[in-house]
Amino acid sequence: MNTLDPRIKRLSLDPSTEVEKTNSHLITYEVFHQEKRGKHVTHVGIVHASNPEMALVMAKEVFGRRGKTTNLWVVKTSDVYTFGSDDEDMFETTPEKTFRDPAYYKVRDRIEKFQNKQKFEHEQRT
Amino acid sequence: MYGSTNLSEEEAKRMNTTVEDPEKLEAFESRIARGEKIEPQDWMPVEYSKQLIRMIEQHAHSEIVGALPEGTWITRAPNFRRKLALIAKVQDEIGHGQLLYSAAETLGKTREEMLNDLLSGKSKYSNVFNYPALTWADIAVIGFLVDGAAIVNQVINSKGSYGPYCRALERICYEESFHLKQGHDNVVYLATGTKHQRAILQDAINRWYRPLLHFFGPPDKQSAHSEKLMKWKVKLASNDDMRNQFLDQYVPKIWELDITFPDPNLKKNDDGIWEFSDPDWNEFKRVINGDGPCNAERIAVRKFAEEAGRWVRQALMNPSEKYVVPLA
Ligand SMILES: [Fe+2]
Ligand SMILES: [Fe+2]
Repeated sequence: MNTLDPRIKRLSLDPSTEVEKTNSHLITYEVFHQEKRGKHVTHVGIVHASNPEMALVMAKEVFGRRGKTTNLWVVKTSDVYTFGSDDEDMFETTPEKTFRDPAYYKVRDRIEKFQNKQKFEHEQRT
Repeated sequence: MYGSTNLSEEEAKRMNTTVEDPEKLEAFESRIARGEKIEPQDWMPVEYSKQLIRMIEQHAHSEIVGALPEGTWITRAPNFRRKLALIAKVQDEIGHGQLLYSAAETLGKTREEMLNDLLSGKSKYSNVFNYPALTWADIAVIGFLVDGAAIVNQVINSKGSYGPYCRALERICYEESFHLKQGHDNVVYLATGTKHQRAILQDAINRWYRPLLHFFGPPDKQSAHSEKLMKWKVKLASNDDMRNQFLDQYVPKIWELDITFPDPNLKKNDDGIWEFSDPDWNEFKRVINGDGPCNAERIAVRKFAEEAGRWVRQALMNPSEKYVVPLA
């Protein structure tokens, strides 16, 4: 074909060739990345692969090119179980459970009130 | 623009007539209005997912095809350091394609369908990659200005409403900053080099100026608008706004090197709006419809790669495995 690119010239391509369509696909793996020893392993995306070993190779290329990586995990997408998004409301009351919250337990006021009362009673007696 | 959100008239009409469950639509729209992201498992209007697939797919194809003009210069890089940087950049771009195909896949179109549609011409990619990289200076200009334009577009899109696309873009933008820096470095070296180096840089800028103006799509007054796409945060800025932002950021960085753009009318007005000559929107249409200098070559190279790698993919295929739509 008519090209200025020497590498493409060498391929002697014919642009009119019809390419067979591909209709089957490799399955996907969900990829989890750990930045540093001791850090959480977090979901970063997916790769296509024929088996877990290939998935790790692909994951290294796609998600481990720069920055720090200590490890990568891959899990077959079909092996991941999640709640449906319609069930999101079951987490709605979580923020209301203030009794689980350390900030809920405030006793300073009560102590001061008690101490003032003690002091007052002491002064009364003397 | 990478993922085009310009609708054909017919599409714009359909968008305004598709009827959706009003209660679900209301919940969906108020979620977006609150600034929350939409995730793949959520209910979404048919048109929302359709437009996103088209946009993300086009963006993915642009990354893959965009690596072709640069890829062929790897063997001709002027020194080892430039060669390492160019290899890394090209690898990044292919990686971007992978991330974006995955994001589109969460909406239910498989990667192979997308690749088939690229080869058959049914899906488009960014127009800017239908122009040739004639000299090494083209690689400098692509790295600095084409990636610069892409970054303007991608940073804006990363504020959109679809979770998987935003996450992919955040990752991509981080890597793009390296592309931009090495491109700028390359441009500055040529501009401060010999007479011949300055001449090939000026020539490359002259040739890339119009395709760069075309990059963000036709002027706002010519393109079919969809308020809905804005409301759904699929489109976040108008073509003219993005183009203006690009000119504002990058024109001064070329001028300071005593390199010019081939347009006597290019200037910034007092109101902050850049003015420029009509970049010939007919040429833009011609090239998009297949009549650009490199359209045939780009697709022929993709076809070759697809054909040459087929036996490997087939050998790897495990017939007992069933494909499911990826999660996030
Ligand atoms: Fe990219
Ligand atoms: Fe890039």
